[in-house]
Amino acid sequence: MSLSELPLWLVLAVGIFAILGALLTLVGTIGLVRLNNFYERVHAPTLGTSLGSGFILLASILYFSVTAQRPSVHEVLIFIFVSVTTPVTLMLLARAALYRDRMESPNARLDPDADIKSEIPGLEIREIR
Amino acid sequence: MSADLLFWMLTIAQILLALAMAATAYRIIRGPRAQDRILSLDALYVNAMLVLVLFGMKTGTTTYFEIALIIGLLGFVGTVALAKFLMRGEVIE
Repeated sequence: MSLSELPLWLVLAVGIFAILGALLTLVGTIGLVRLNNFYERVHAPTLGTSLGSGFILLASILYFSVTAQRPSVHEVLIFIFVSVTTPVTLMLLARAALYRDRMESPNARLDPDADIKSEIPGLEIREIR
Repeated sequence: MSADLLFWMLTIAQILLALAMAATAYRIIRGPRAQDRILSLDALYVNAMLVLVLFGMKTGTTTYFEIALIIGLLGFVGTVALAKFLMRGEVIE
């Protein structure tokens, strides 16, 4: 099937799924810019890895299944891989961040709403960047 | 006609993903600490992977799909290595 005789429903479905996925990914990264500390920012980009990649890969499955006239399912591989690995990496990263915060200020109560500062007066604590 | 419409819709989706990549790049440059930068790098490679999937749909070839798969694999390994480095590097220091 050549590219010029695509049915309209396919074009609309593929385009809308692609734009929706891209828009959700953009919302996630805007959250990455705007949220205030690291423990809030961890949650934002998962919108792109779950819903964003889901919609875009769904559009790809639809497009290649119709144009190649056989079911095209190898996009499922990417989706499974991304949705399995993202929680693993983010959990490792959050544990590393928690560890670093505790190394900097061992006696401070961990307040997720504030930047981590020492609560002991007179004790100089170097912030590791 | 419908091929043109599909081309422009996919281009719009790619522009949105490019804006998302710019937002992650801002957080990589600005990000106050190392874990913010690693988190943004993770989001950046996922967005690059999605842009390549859209490129593959625009050109109609499946070569870009394999590149996207490789980016997904190597990005996972890289993020895990950097997250481990954040813990180990501090232990020695």
